Parts: sequence; C-alpha cells; structure tokens
Amino acid sequence: MDTTTIKPLLEIRDLKQHFPIKTGSLFNRKVGAIRAVDGISFDIYPGETLGIVGESGCGKSTTVRSIAQLYKPTSGSVVFNEIDMVKADTRSMLKARQDMQLIFQDPYASLDPRMTVRSIIAEPMVIYNNRKLLPKPMTSNEMELRVEDLMERVGLNKVFKNRYPHEFSGGQRQRIGIARALALNPKIILADEPVSALDVSIQAQILNLLGDLQKEFGLTYLFIAHDLAVIQHISTRIAVMYLGKIVEVSESAQLYDTPKHPYTVALLSAAPIPDPKIERERKRIILTGDVPSPDTERVGCYFYDRCPKKMPWCSCHIPPMFDITDKHQVACWLYNKEDVSKISLKDALSDAAKHTTEEKPKGIEK
Amino acid sequence: MSLKANAKAVLEVKDLQTYFKTDAGIVKAVDGVSFTIHEGETLGIVGESGSGKSVTNLSIMRLIPSPPGRIVGGQILFEGEDILKMSESEMRDIRGDKISMIFQDPMTSLNPFLKISTQMVETIRLHNPKMGKKEALERSIEMLKLVGIPSPEKRINSYPHQFSGGMRQRVMIGQALSCDAQVLLADEPTTALDVTIQAQILELIAKINSEMGTAVILVTHDLGVVAGMCDKVCVMYAGRIVETALTDDLYARPSHPYTEGLIKSVPRMDTANKDKRLFSIEGQPPNVIDLPPCCPFHPRCHEAMEVCEHAYPPQKDLGNHHEVACWLFCDEEAKRQALQDATQQEKA
Repeated sequence: MDTTTIKPLLEIRDLKQHFPIKTGSLFNRKVGAIRAVDGISFDIYPGETLGIVGESGCGKSTTVRSIAQLYKPTSGSVVFNEIDMVKADTRSMLKARQDMQLIFQDPYASLDPRMTVRSIIAEPMVIYNNRKLLPKPMTSNEMELRVEDLMERVGLNKVFKNRYPHEFSGGQRQRIGIARALALNPKIILADEPVSALDVSIQAQILNLLGDLQKEFGLTYLFIAHDLAVIQHISTRIAVMYLGKIVEVSESAQLYDTPKHPYTVALLSAAPIPDPKIERERKRIILTGDVPSPDTERVGCYFYDRCPKKMPWCSCHIPPMFDITDKHQVACWLYNKEDVSKISLKDALSDAAKHTTEEKPKGIEK
Repeated sequence: MSLKANAKAVLEVKDLQTYFKTDAGIVKAVDGVSFTIHEGETLGIVGESGSGKSVTNLSIMRLIPSPPGRIVGGQILFEGEDILKMSESEMRDIRGDKISMIFQDPMTSLNPFLKISTQMVETIRLHNPKMGKKEALERSIEMLKLVGIPSPEKRINSYPHQFSGGMRQRVMIGQALSCDAQVLLADEPTTALDVTIQAQILELIAKINSEMGTAVILVTHDLGVVAGMCDKVCVMYAGRIVETALTDDLYARPSHPYTEGLIKSVPRMDTANKDKRLFSIEGQPPNVIDLPPCCPFHPRCHEAMEVCEHAYPPQKDLGNHHEVACWLFCDEEAKRQALQDATQQEKA
C-alpha cells in the first residue's frame, strides 16, 4: 500500500491511558497509576487490517477501548472522520463513532441474555435513530429488513431472529456480535480477540467470515489477538505491544521473516507451530521472568528486565521508533545508527541525567 | 522421539465409558476410550471443547462427581491393577502419589487462604506420613527450585495471590511432582498462560519427562503444543478416540477427515497463506446427549457415505501404531455388512 498518497482513516498520536490507584475511603488519595497504555502512535489506512499482538496485560484491549472512547484517554489524540475524538464534544464524538464499531472477545458476556437476536442486532440502529444521528431516519420496518439482511450476511438463518442468545453456540453468538457491529455500516471495526474463546474449527469459520465481510464492504479492521498465527493470517500490518508500548510495527510477512525487536523474536520463537518436524528443530528463546507490573514510571526500555540483549544504555533511555525500512519500525536501541553497546552504565546514566530536563531522550548527543 | 521399544506400560485405559445423567438424557461424555501409555512417554489427547478430554483425565483420577457422573464400564489398569475396582482409601494412596494431575486454571486450583508452604507440606506429608514437618518443608523448597522459582526459601512463605499465573502453574507442577509420581496428567496446563510463559512451562514438563522418566498425558486443544511435546497423539471427537498415531505420522498422514480438517483449519505462521481462506469444518460439534449409533462426525464430514449415517466405524489399524475409526478405511464387504445389520436393527 502506498502510504504517502492515501490519507489514514484513523490517526493515533501519543495515546495514554492511565488508571489511578486510589487509597483511603474519605479523600480517595491518588497514590499511583497503572500505565495500561503509555504513549502509542500509529495510523490505520483504509482497507487494511492492522493486527495488535501481545501478552495479557500489555494494553491491547485498553488501546481498543480508549480509541472507541469507552475510556476517556488520559492524553493523546485519536483523529477519526476528521475530528479528534478525545477533545470533541459528546455529540460530534458519537456521530464519528457511528463509523467505528466493536466486536468483543467473549460471545457469552457481550450479548444481553434477555434480548432477542433481533433486538440485539437492531440496538445500534435504534439508539442512533432515537438520537437523530443517522444520516437518514429509519422506520422500524427498514430496521427489520436490515436485521434479516445482516443475519444472512453473517451466516445465521433469519428464522432465528426471535431467539435468545443462550440458544446459540459460541460460534453462532460471535456471528450475532459481528452482525451487530455491521448494523450501522461502519468504516472500521475494532475486533478485540474475536476468536480466542472459540474452538479451532469454529475459529476458522469466523476468520473466513471476517475476511469475506472485509472484501464485501471494504472494511478496515483493527484486530487484536494474542495468537500470533491468527494475527499473521488476518493482518496486513502487525504492531507488537509490550507493557503499554508498541515495540515493533511491520508488514505481517516481514515480521515473521525478519523480526527485529528481541521481544518479537522471543515471542515468535515461543509460539508453537503445528508441525512436529519443525518444532523439534526450532530453537526457542525462553524469556526469564514475568511481565513487570505497569504501575511504575519507567526511565529506560520497557523490556529491559527480560531482554536477552540488554545494554547499560537501555536501562536509562527509552528507545524511540527507529526505521528499518519505511514500513518497518522498531523501538530498540540495537537499531540506533550509532553503536551504544560499548557505553558503560556510568556514562549512560550521566547522559540520561542531562536529558531529565528535556521531555524525551531523542538519541545520543554528538 | 520415538516409542521406546521395551518400555513398561504404566497405564492402560480399556474401553472406558463415563456417562453423566442429566434431565435431558444421558450424556456419554466418554464412550469407549482405550489407550496405553509407557514409561517416559508423552501422550497427547487433542480435541475441541466437549469432546471428553478432561473427563477422561478425571476418570483416571476417579474424580468424577457422582452423581451425576458415573464410570459405567471399562478398565483403567495402573501397573496391572484395575483402579476402578479399588476402594476409596486404596485410591487415595495412588492419587497424587503415583498418578498426579495439573489442572488448567492455576488461579483457582491453589487455596488462596493458605501459604504455598502449607499446601506443599500437606501434600507431601499426606503421602509420606513418616516424614517430619521440617523435612517436608525442605523437600518443598527443593521442588520449587526444580520448577524454577527464584529464591524458593523466601517465596515458599508467600500466598498464591503474590505469584503470577506462570509461577502458580509452576507451584502446581512442583506440588504434583513432590511425591515422584509415575504418571502426570496435565489438563490444558498452558491454556490460561501467555505464549512466552507457555514455552517456559512446556520446557519444564519436557525436562521432567526426560529426566525423571515420568509418563505424561497432555490434554490440549492446541495442535502446536502437541507437535512439539508428544510422542503419540489421540484425537477425540464426541467422547471417542477417532485417530491414534505417532506424532510425526499424524501430522504427515492425518487419516480421519476430522483430524485432517483440524490440522488444516489452524492458521500457520511459517507458511504465508495470505488471501487464502482457511479450511473450515462446517457446522457445530454434536450434542453428546443420546447420540445415535453412527459416526458422530458424519454431518460435518466432507467424505460422508451412506454407511456413516447408520453405523459406528470399527477401529482400523493402518500399521506403525496408527489407528483410525473411519469407514473410509474399511473394505466394501464390511461396509455392506454393517449397513445391512443397521437397517435390520432399525426395522426391528
């Protein structure tokens, strides 16, 4: 995709989502913050699928929810439909959000058990109609037809429209969730782990369905999953997240062939491949330890504690995104133009101290 | 990784049937499952949710809640003795001591009110009543060191909530191994964990398997995990084993249409299949209540024949320990005979 001429559909700049940790019953003193998403920036272009991959707790789901304004972001901007959804007033935000819909992970928890399939799928239309935000008001008859049409598109028999969610299996429920997301003809769908709760054979059905719908309606996806194979299958570009930061962005084939960030390399090597011959010959990079808690502000690389290639420099400098190619960026000091591996801890620390007055360390001083 | 030639069979499951009685009818969760596991071997049981993998494991441990569940038939031979015929107290000597189990969810399988030390010492002393508390504590620390918990002397006094998911799973494995179990049943041990932690845990299980000669039964739905870990694989569908083979053989020559579909429907990282649709098995897994006596996979099978709708296929040996239950591998004569018998039975 030519990224120079096409305008991005969604622009995210330095998005932060911090959740306060409070203590005390009377004054609710704020004692710290969980930095769930800690300054991420990326663009999504029309028609592409951007996959975000990472382990649990790295902020994937929070990213999606902050973009959709389900949480009010702490700072940063989300530009969609030519407005900044973070700063916009509620009504224009809602109007913009019409073109942005979500599919959730758990098909058992994301559908109201007391609503029929018809009312679940029609709900977005009803809400936007009542608020007079639809481009053209809809009659209930039009909605009925739209529900039937959507059910057929996602592979559900329309005679089931009066049934309740508990009468469906997990895969069918996820189809209901997809139909609901399509109800307002969105431009972009944010899918938060849509297949991770499903069995393998059902997962393939849903992935195929999402692919078909993308071709049919020209949809753009932001697709979140922890399963690398699923992400690789569905995405055109992949962003790898770790501890609230994006550590690497690349086209999906490139990421698998030439991963750059030590975390991506470890993640790819840890993901099992369903082929015994390959499995036996593969070399695993086993990371030690667990993901640290995101409640402290970091001065160095976020992956420093577990990194097999860490250097003294990394402990006190947050890496910016370095370009490998124009479509491949990585946040790791190994890819800095100048070699920082020889710099001792003492020099690195004094260099970092010089930068504390500045906002961000930008690189090495000449 | 191949089958050890003279290894002793530690556990033999023969025609196991575990049924659950519900208001809607009898659920045949496990219906005629047979397999053998030898010393130092890793056996994978693969299947989708509801296929009876976990119930098979729980049956071996005799932990089926009864009622509603009951083991209605079959044998489970541990070192030649049928554990289904044992008394509860005899069973208690085997459970946790000779046969141990790791559960899927490390968050809920440790007692949140008790320190790790208390829980581990309890297990050890229950099976070795002669061992003193101090000695048991030392053994616990040793086990934690074995499973790779840093500074176990300090961490043993922690409570489960102070550990992360991966560390809790390590504690579970340490606990399960503290009595030198001969068979380790791992029921989806890494499903609740992230890939990097999963790699740590799987490496640990593989190490225990090779160093201590513990036989491992690994229940999972992840075909990637099986490929890397197991010597032999059983594929389960609707309470039965549809295919058993050595791991290499299974991936190279999946014979049952279900196994074939399962392997093809998983997206793979290493082969770029961009813009290609995934192979998908249409339809849903069957409801296991009152299944008719036919192949349960036939409504979803792309190679279904008339006989599949009327009779359950016999187990066919394809050589080299590869067995499959599918009519595709039976000769015409057998099919005709089965069809004839089935129609006669239906008439009567």
